Amino acid sequence: MTVHTPRDEQDASIIIREAADKGTLLNVSGNGTKAPMGRPNQTDASISSSGLTGITLYEPAELVISARSGTPVLEVMRVLAAKGQELPFEPMDYRYLLGTKGEPTIGAVAAMNISGPRRIMAGAARDSLIGVRFVNGRGEVVKSGGRVMKNVTGLDLVKLMAGSWGTLGFLTEVTFKVLPKPERMATLVIRGLDDRQAIEALSTALGSPFDVTGAAHLPDRDRRGGSTLIRLEGFRVSVDYRMNELKRQLKRFRFMDILEGVGAEALWQSVRDATILTDQGQRAIWRVSTAPTKGPDLAAHVAQALDAQWFYDWGGGLLWISTPLEGDAGAAILREATRTFGGHATLVRAPAEVRSAVDVFEPQPEALMRLTRGIKVSFDPAGILNPGRMYAGV
Amino acid sequence: MTIAFPKPDEAVLARRREIIEGLGRLVASEALIVSEDERRAFETDGLTAYRQMPLAVVLPSTTQEVSSILRFCHQQGVKVVPRGAGTSLCGGAIPQEDAIVLGVAKMNRVLDISFENRTARVQAGITNLAISQAVAHEGFFYAPDPSSQLACTIAGNIAMNSGGAHCLKYGVTTNNLMGVTMVLLDGTVVEIGGEHLDSPGYDLLGLICGSEGQLGVVTEAVVRILRAAEGARPALFGFEKAEDAGACVAAIIGAGIIPVALEYMDKPAIQICEAFAHAGYPLDVEAMLIVEVEGSDAEIDDMLRRIVAIAEPFKPKTMKVSQSEAESAAIWKGRKSAFGATGRVADYICMDGTIPTGQLPYVLRRIDEIVKSYGLGVANVFHAGDGNLHPLVMFNTNVPGEMEKAEKAGEDILKLCVEVGGCLTGEHGVGIEKRDLMTYQFNAVDLEQQMRVRGVFDPRWLLNPAKVFPLEGRFAA
Repeated sequence: MTVHTPRDEQDASIIIREAADKGTLLNVSGNGTKAPMGRPNQTDASISSSGLTGITLYEPAELVISARSGTPVLEVMRVLAAKGQELPFEPMDYRYLLGTKGEPTIGAVAAMNISGPRRIMAGAARDSLIGVRFVNGRGEVVKSGGRVMKNVTGLDLVKLMAGSWGTLGFLTEVTFKVLPKPERMATLVIRGLDDRQAIEALSTALGSPFDVTGAAHLPDRDRRGGSTLIRLEGFRVSVDYRMNELKRQLKRFRFMDILEGVGAEALWQSVRDATILTDQGQRAIWRVSTAPTKGPDLAAHVAQALDAQWFYDWGGGLLWISTPLEGDAGAAILREATRTFGGHATLVRAPAEVRSAVDVFEPQPEALMRLTRGIKVSFDPAGILNPGRMYAGV
Repeated sequence: MTIAFPKPDEAVLARRREIIEGLGRLVASEALIVSEDERRAFETDGLTAYRQMPLAVVLPSTTQEVSSILRFCHQQGVKVVPRGAGTSLCGGAIPQEDAIVLGVAKMNRVLDISFENRTARVQAGITNLAISQAVAHEGFFYAPDPSSQLACTIAGNIAMNSGGAHCLKYGVTTNNLMGVTMVLLDGTVVEIGGEHLDSPGYDLLGLICGSEGQLGVVTEAVVRILRAAEGARPALFGFEKAEDAGACVAAIIGAGIIPVALEYMDKPAIQICEAFAHAGYPLDVEAMLIVEVEGSDAEIDDMLRRIVAIAEPFKPKTMKVSQSEAESAAIWKGRKSAFGATGRVADYICMDGTIPTGQLPYVLRRIDEIVKSYGLGVANVFHAGDGNLHPLVMFNTNVPGEMEKAEKAGEDILKLCVEVGGCLTGEHGVGIEKRDLMTYQFNAVDLEQQMRVRGVFDPRWLLNPAKVFPLEGRFAA
């Protein structure tokens, strides 16, 4: 299979225009670290952003960074860290979960709207993404947004590109709003809570004026209760003060510790990357978003029917659930759960034959599917960019 | 008066009686406004220099009514101009003679509040401030705070992706919206997003935010509510040069501090506001910064101490850290009265470009030159943290030709914003006001891609069609 690695935007434009003319179906990718996600699709050739690298603009005082889409996330983080800044949304690294190798690209972070625990406070990747350049399915170079964070000029195609999985265009450059790296991070750990108590504690913390930047619950396997994690970040004075206040407000929950330093960082990384689930070998992994108070009901519903393991992030609103691979990998039960309790479920990890047989993304009502198909055609009339990666026919 | 409206469709005008009868079958008689006197209240919005009398005005009370009205207009080929409270500063809600106005202001109830999930479901005609008031008893608020928040509706906020003074920390509407109930032009009711975060599929919620009423009519919204900080206090700094103030902003952010507000005023703005509000502003400085931080008293003290230390090398002529509620209120009173106070000394048009913040001294110099070249005056207020600049170009309506000059000066200023890497509008929207300038920011391909997306929702250009896209070069999907 031909792999195109355009050296610049013009190059990408020529490749895609030609593919559109010939009806060549293109797999749109970065370095392929998330290739085993989404619906498996059949393509004739591949276009990769791996040749489009480098930071194109970085103004620390304006809190903005632009990079070509194939720039490794690691490189972006390194450049930001040198000036004491970071990507606010704490993008997850899928390599551990998927067992893939290579360097994840910043373009994929945008294209898949990849966020982490701090999403609860600082927004998702799409909230920090303020500008894009891309080549649409006609081979046209399009820009939307820009380098300023307050911009309401025209339709916000930036948002459409975020989370479109390469089905609308081939991103060539992305611009993110960034934030200062906090001086200090501390995590309050409450032990021994069941799921419902934990979500109650997390809701209390997130409803406090202390800008909680992480709120996770890791249920214990042997049912003695788990670890409930509440993270504060900021200036030293502030974190100290807020931690004391938070402990006071949560004192009805006993057994509290403060976790700091490398151990705490590693723990949040395992929440971010969902590696808490991966010691379970060959199982399917689902990512479910729902209202936080519905989280425990949803988990209980799934656990009643399936041998499931799970943990919560986003104050209970994000559940990572692992299920046995047999049959539909739990799809019918998960869909029933989201229908009952609200929200949506995405099958993140499963063998290709399972991802072909069941809906990977939450099925949408027909009216929304009609809009989805219309939008796809408006960007990619020949249907050559990552066809079928999200939904059949899109 | 340089902005054109499309020529009204004579065939639709001729069918006015029939169209009104049709609408009359869909809503109660008090929800349908047809008399000229009553329609006059809807002929303009915040951009009062422009007005157009609509065919009729309809004020539905339910999503179902909105659906039947839109389905009817779709079938009859009648244009629809959606309207919230009509506070748009860019003419986003100004009608057309051959269009009906569909106002959502009657749908103004809070439907559900969950403090545990930090969400509120509201009808879209509720005012921005009413959401905050509905959750204030638990110490919560709705973050985006446009200065019209007392009157403007969440429907309008969604249509314009409205901002406010606290965006640097809390973001704009799109960052605080979790779901909507929206009616499409053919009457179909869709639910997008909900009480959960980050819906799957294309980010339709993000697309709708800022779409200026061209994609559908939002009737309900789920918004994120936040617990308010324990307290907030500002400090005020006066500088001899715009460059010093700009460098001070960069140094504050460079030190890892994100103030909740970071406001800049130039000398004319300071003088106009001081004369009106007696806020204790320094009159002998070229530039002034208001820097506000949030937290407990101890946190605020610590943060303001840091900010003062950062500011000192830039030799501020004035440095005042608020010590009391009264002092804080005085500092803000001046800034918040900027538009009103300017209106007392002159007519003005308020521009709304965004610039990369590092370009501020250059842009202010150029704005001064531009405005002087038209023989006019200008006062500048600026959200210095996020780059959103509001030059108030002053003129006298009674002098023939001055308003046109002000419009031209405003146009040149917005082109300048684009030239330095910014954009035409940071929070007011395009509407009719900036419609014909879109080609300065976007090339034909960029605009065509936007129009193709628009066409998915409204292929016949019936929804708010006079807005956003230049009248030349439009095409049907």
